[in-house]
Amino acid sequence: MSALSARVGRLPLIRQVRQSVGLQRGMLVTGLVLVGVVVLAAVFAPLLAPYGYAQLGDASGNFGAQQSPSPAHWFGTTVGGYDVLSRLIWGARTAVLVIVVGVVLSIVVGVLLGLLSGYLGGWLDRVLVVVADAVYAFPSLLLAIVAAIVISGGQSGLWSGILAAGISITVIFIPQYFRVVRAEVVRVKSEAYVESAQVVGASSARIMFVHALRNSTRTLPLIFTLNAAEAVLTLAALGFLGFGIEPTAAAEWGYDLNRARSDVTSGIWWTSVFPGIAIVLTVLGLTLVGESLNDLADPRLRARRKAKQR
Amino acid sequence: MSAERAPRQPGPVVDIRELRVAFATDGGDVVAVDGVSLQVQPGEILAIVGESGSGKTVTARSILGLLPETAALSGQVIVAGDDVASAPPRELRAIRGVHAAMVFQEPSSVLNPVYTVGWQIAEGLRAHGKVSRRAARAQAIEMLRRVGIPEPEARIDYFPHQFSGGQKQRIVIAMALILGPAVIVADEPTTALDVTVQAQILRLLLRRCRDEFGATVVLITHNMGVVADLADRVIVMNGGRIVEEAPVERLFAQPADAYTQQLLAAVPRLSAGPSWSPARAERVEGRERAQAQAPVVRAEHLRIEYPGRLGRKPFVAVPDASFEIAPGEVLGLVGESGSGKTTIGRAMARLAPVSGGSLEVLGVDLAEAGERRFRPQRRRLGFVFQDPGTSFNPLMTIGHAIAEPIQVHGTAEERAGARQRVEELLEAVRLPRAYADRFPHELSGGQRQRASLARGLILGPDLLIADEPTSALDVSVQAAVLELFGELRERFGFASLFITHDLAVVDQVADRVIVLYKGEIVEEGPTSAVLHAPTEPYTQRLLASLPVPDPVAQRARRAARSA
Repeated sequence: MSALSARVGRLPLIRQVRQSVGLQRGMLVTGLVLVGVVVLAAVFAPLLAPYGYAQLGDASGNFGAQQSPSPAHWFGTTVGGYDVLSRLIWGARTAVLVIVVGVVLSIVVGVLLGLLSGYLGGWLDRVLVVVADAVYAFPSLLLAIVAAIVISGGQSGLWSGILAAGISITVIFIPQYFRVVRAEVVRVKSEAYVESAQVVGASSARIMFVHALRNSTRTLPLIFTLNAAEAVLTLAALGFLGFGIEPTAAAEWGYDLNRARSDVTSGIWWTSVFPGIAIVLTVLGLTLVGESLNDLADPRLRARRKAKQR
Repeated sequence: MSAERAPRQPGPVVDIRELRVAFATDGGDVVAVDGVSLQVQPGEILAIVGESGSGKTVTARSILGLLPETAALSGQVIVAGDDVASAPPRELRAIRGVHAAMVFQEPSSVLNPVYTVGWQIAEGLRAHGKVSRRAARAQAIEMLRRVGIPEPEARIDYFPHQFSGGQKQRIVIAMALILGPAVIVADEPTTALDVTVQAQILRLLLRRCRDEFGATVVLITHNMGVVADLADRVIVMNGGRIVEEAPVERLFAQPADAYTQQLLAAVPRLSAGPSWSPARAERVEGRERAQAQAPVVRAEHLRIEYPGRLGRKPFVAVPDASFEIAPGEVLGLVGESGSGKTTIGRAMARLAPVSGGSLEVLGVDLAEAGERRFRPQRRRLGFVFQDPGTSFNPLMTIGHAIAEPIQVHGTAEERAGARQRVEELLEAVRLPRAYADRFPHELSGGQRQRASLARGLILGPDLLIADEPTSALDVSVQAAVLELFGELRERFGFASLFITHDLAVVDQVADRVIVLYKGEIVEEGPTSAVLHAPTEPYTQRLLASLPVPDPVAQRARRAARSA
């Protein structure tokens, strides 16, 4: 039993929850619950949502536009005549897909470039660092818009829309992973175990992938969660500005917010508040997880129980 | 000295009663100090010695209430009448500096790089009293003069990086002395310093702090030579408890406790005279025979420089060095920090560039040949790094790390037998075979250094470069590793470059010694000749600075030196 619990305790996240105390544990658990809800909604959207994301009516006719919350439509309907709750749940799926595509792409590319740049150094390093800095200099949203236009011509369906949003996010995030991994690799490069491998005569590829890579990725989960939060915001902003995904292709919170703009002044609150809350809670959840992982990973920031007095 | 002296009460300055300190860690509570009681009398120098993890630093830090938040403390720590253990932060602040002050181990990290040293010395004065800026400055200048900084009026406005390591430690001592504290806690004050500087700092601590300022000194150290040099009374700690407490002469002459005896026996010392043990004589004969063969390493007018930044001259670490290492010979390379000894070792493994002359290692001239030509020879080369903490990839098991040379150079057949070979080597370095499956953090420093030796020797190299392999280890562990080194060398017959700053260590392992000073070879010869009949003044000075773990002899030496 204790062996089992010891093994469970070594799993990521569960280990961190066990390690944490007090406020840090509260933050981590809150974040995990929020993220869990979003992921569950995304996975089980077809089962949870009462209607489809592009459904305008059912057997009893059209839903009608801007209907206030009722037993049939818990969160009301939008100006386009869609069910708000359904679009909220399906929207989680879009958000999660964009996060996965965007962050996975940027991690793979950013980590590889960072590894090469940090370990090999020289002109390659200098060029890549300059390019990464140049990308930093652009406002990220502008860059995302340009990327979205280049990829999909502005408007698009589900997958091309998700890819457009994902790749435009990738462009912004690659420099972040690149810089972090590069800095870590530069640090690891001067460690005695890398020198030891050099003395032994190991090839650069072996040193990079066996020694440097695995010792440079500690901080990635933290950036990953924080970037995921930013990815949600970028996606929402793209949708809000009209560079997102067509309502008939997928549900998207930013797009719904955009459409709800005119409703606010006429006292129709349900079309804007719910997508807004969804964005806020998703970002909050991801940020809480990221920040508390960050604190827990650093022994100096980690709170501990006081040692027991005898 | 105008700072007011803290009122002296009769009786002990520091009185620790039944101190127990536990730390909360990820692995559960760890008891660092377990029921320690000790007293420090006014004007005495009390040394607390012990190996790492013995609780000596924690005990000493509790005198200033300098324990981290995760520590739980019980018992009493009475400093000049106040109980530090239960004092609230406000009272603690009033006690620190006035009643007790601290000299830390690493002077470079104690001084704040963005303030002048004068500002930092005066900080204590400003924190504790209403002293005018001018008075504080005058006091700081006076204090700098008294700790032996030349031209204190000018140098008070210097920043820490403009001082050498020894001077920085003097400044740290000045910071501790400025408020005239009753007790000064010195935590390994000379560990980060070279021996010649160490001797000066110790003299300063002794003469100034006690004889002039009347301060009581609590000295924490693992160096028995320092203890013999300085202490009046010694407390030996082990595993959070006091195992022995005795006046210094008695402790060295008749250690009562078994642990103390073991500790004293492990201290490396220079042999009394030229030692011609049969084994060494045999080795010398062997060397003479070997000299007929081609040397493993031959350096001629070797020059090593590190390229400077744009517009700056390159830094010359080694201007011109010529030496040879014969097959099977152990060459000791001795020098202080910055002498270029590590650079020479690193150049032999192509970790540092050769910029002039020639350096022929295992038949390849590194000044000319590229990595491609040298790589096949790397299987004949082993390297043991200084810091056992970082020389293993933390994510690899010890077994995989030791087998790395086989993975890189071995034939398919050798790779298949790698595991068996690893276990053989583990046994040779006296580690259990099962350690192959452990991770580096699960081994102690000494065990890791043994594993490091195993990695260096797995392909049966002709040359082993050992860069300060024992300087990060406790004395008893160091003794065991050095003994092991001797044994392995008998068994495998490799030639070795043994880099160290410790003359006593060289005496134990090396056949021949090279003394380096600022990149230049100042003396070279058979070990016993160099260490017992040095001809160069620098070598003589180095030997004279080495504290001898014998209080009587040390006192005589000190008297001779100051005469």
